[in-house]
Amino acid sequence: MDTLTFLLSGTLLAATPLLIAALGELVVEKAGVLNLSIEGMMALGAAVGFIVVSNTESYWLAIFIGGLVASALSVVFAAVVLLTLGNQVATGIAVGILGLGLSALIGQPYESMTVAPMARLPIPLLSELPIVGRGLFDHVAVVYLAPLLAVAVWFMLMKTKLGLIVRAVGESPESAHAIGYNVNAIRFAAILFGGFMAGVAGAFISVASTTLWANGLIAGRGWIVVALVVFATWRSGRIVIGAYLFGAATIGELLVQSFGLAIPSQLLTSVPFIATIIAIVLLSMDGRSIRLNAPVSLGRVYHVTQ
Amino acid sequence: MMRLPWVIETKTERSTSAPLIAPFAAVAITVCAGVIILSILGVSPGKALFFLYFAPFSSGFNISEVFLKMGPLLLIAQGLAIGFRAKVWNIGAEGQLLLGAIGGSLLPIFFNDSQNPLMLPAMALVGGCFGMGWAAIAAWLRARYNANEILVTLMLNSIALQLLFYLVSGPLRDPLGFNFPQSALFPDVGMLPILFSGFRVNISIFFAIGVSLLAWLFVERSMTGYKLEVGGTAPDAARYAGFSEARAIWLSLLIGGTAAGLAGVFEVAGPLGQLQRVVSPGYGFAAIIVAFLGGLRAIGILFAAFFMAVIFVGGDIAQTSAGVPFSVNIVLQGILLVTYLAARVFVDYRVRFGTRRRIPAGAG
Repeated sequence: MDTLTFLLSGTLLAATPLLIAALGELVVEKAGVLNLSIEGMMALGAAVGFIVVSNTESYWLAIFIGGLVASALSVVFAAVVLLTLGNQVATGIAVGILGLGLSALIGQPYESMTVAPMARLPIPLLSELPIVGRGLFDHVAVVYLAPLLAVAVWFMLMKTKLGLIVRAVGESPESAHAIGYNVNAIRFAAILFGGFMAGVAGAFISVASTTLWANGLIAGRGWIVVALVVFATWRSGRIVIGAYLFGAATIGELLVQSFGLAIPSQLLTSVPFIATIIAIVLLSMDGRSIRLNAPVSLGRVYHVTQ
Repeated sequence: MMRLPWVIETKTERSTSAPLIAPFAAVAITVCAGVIILSILGVSPGKALFFLYFAPFSSGFNISEVFLKMGPLLLIAQGLAIGFRAKVWNIGAEGQLLLGAIGGSLLPIFFNDSQNPLMLPAMALVGGCFGMGWAAIAAWLRARYNANEILVTLMLNSIALQLLFYLVSGPLRDPLGFNFPQSALFPDVGMLPILFSGFRVNISIFFAIGVSLLAWLFVERSMTGYKLEVGGTAPDAARYAGFSEARAIWLSLLIGGTAAGLAGVFEVAGPLGQLQRVVSPGYGFAAIIVAFLGGLRAIGILFAAFFMAVIFVGGDIAQTSAGVPFSVNIVLQGILLVTYLAARVFVDYRVRFGTRRRIPAGAG
C-alpha cells in the first residue's frame, strides 16, 4: 500500500467515529442538554460491539447492539438530568465513569483479543481511480454512510418541523413548553439518539477500525467529540470538516512511521489533544461566534412545575 | 403528554438535615450495587459484602491501606470543591496529579545519593508548583481567552499522561533499570515517613486532614472564600459587588492544581518510591466524586473520602481474593455519583408523590 493511500484511509477510519458521535451530541446540545458522558458511552458501545462480533461474527448487528446498549446507558443520564434535575456537567462525568467501568468489566474476558476486520465495500470505478481511489473509496460501508448521516442530521435539524421543535426546546424551553411541547420528552429522545450514535461510533472503533478490544480503547476520543461540537459552533457542516481534520491529526503517528522520523510517539499521540486546545482557544478568542451559535439553554436545568 | 407520578417544587427554606439524605442514600445504593455486581460475577452475596465493605477493616494492613488511599482523595477533593463551589469545573486533577508526581520526582532522581533532610519539603514544593502550573494553563486560557476549562483540563489530562509515558521511557528512566519504564528508586530522604512499621500508611494522611481544616476555614470563614461562592451561585450579584470573575477562575484552578500536584508527590514519595507509568489508580477522577458526595463542604468531604477509600481497598481485596476485575471499583464510583446526583433532588427541591394538583407555573 502506498503512503498516500495509507494516510487517506487512516484519516477516514479515524474521522468516521468522531463524526458519528459528534452528530449525536449535536442533536443533544441543540435540545439544550450538555452530555459529557460520550467517552463512557463510546467505550461501552465499543466493548459491546466487540463482544457481539466475537460471538456472532455479524458486524452490523454488533454496531447496532453497541448503539442500543449505549443508548440504554444514556437513559440513566436522561433520568438524572431531566427527572431529578441533576447538574448536567456532574451527571455527564458520573455516567461517563459508569460507562468506562462497565466497558472494562464486560470487556475483561476479551482483553487484547482481536476479530477479523469488517468486510470492505470498494465502490466500483471510483476505487479504481489513480492515486486517491484506494484510499478514499475502498472502505467498510459505515465510512461512506457517515457523511450521508451528517446531511440527514442537518436536514432534520434545519429543514423539518421536528428539527424546529428540537431547536426551540434548546433555545427557549419555556416558550416551547408554553406552546404545548413536552420539553422533557423531546430532550429525552435527543439524549437517547445521542447515546445511540456514541455507541455506534464506539462499536465502529472496536470492530472496524482497531479490530481489537483493550481497556482504555477510546482513549479520550469521546472528549474530542464534545470539543468538536463546540468548535464547529453547533453546525453540521463544520462538524464534518472538523471530524476529518481531527481524523488527519490522529494519524500523525502513522505518518511518522511511514517516513521513519524519530519523533517520540507520545508527542504524536498528544497532537489531537493539543490541537483541540488550540482550536478551542482560537474559537473562544472571538466570543461572538460561541455566543451567537450556542443553544441558549445549553446546560441549564429546566424546571417546569406543572 | 407524559405525566410523572411526582411533582418537584422549588424549596423556599433550607433544612439542615436534608443535605444528609443524598450521600447516605447514594452510599446505601452503592453498597447494594456492589453486592449485586459481585453476585453476578459469581461471588456469593455474603462474601461480596464482606470483601467490599468489611474486609477493609479486617486487619491492620487493610486499615492502613484505607487511610493510605484516603489521603490523596481527600487532598484533591478539598482543592476541587473550592473551585466547584465557584462553578469553575476543573476536571483535570488527574493530569495535575501526574505533573505533581513528575515535578516531585526530579530532585530525588537527579540527586539520588542526597541525604539532605530538606529533600522532601523541596520535592513537595516543586511538585506542588508543577501541579499548579499545569492548572494555570487552563486558568490562563479561560481568564484570557474564555476557553472552556472543562475541555481544556480534560485535554491536559491526556497530554500529561503522554508526557509521563515519555519521561519514564526516556529522560527520567533508571539507567540501571534494564529498560523498564520507571525511574530510579528514591533515596530515603525523599520518602514520606511511614506511621507504623510494616504498614504503608504515611504522614500524608495528616497533611490531608490539615488541608481539610484550612479548606474549612477558607470556605466558611474567609472573605475570599465567600467571594468565590457568591461568584458561583450569583454571578450577577458578584459582578455588581465588584468580585472579579478572572480572580475566581485563577484562584480555583491554582488551588485545585496545587492540591492535586501535592497528592502526586505523595504517591511517588509514599507507596511507589519511584516514578512509573502508573502513578494513580484514577484518584483525580474519583476525587471529583468525593467532592460532590461530600456536598462540596470540607467536613462532608472528609467522610466521602473515607468511604471512597473503602471502595478502593474493598475492590482491591475482591480482586485478589475472588478474582473480580478492578473495574468493579470504577462501576461503583459511577453508581455512587449518579445516585448522589439523583438523590440531590430531595435536598434542592421539595418532591411530592402521588399528587396531580396543578400548581402555578413559572417557578424555577
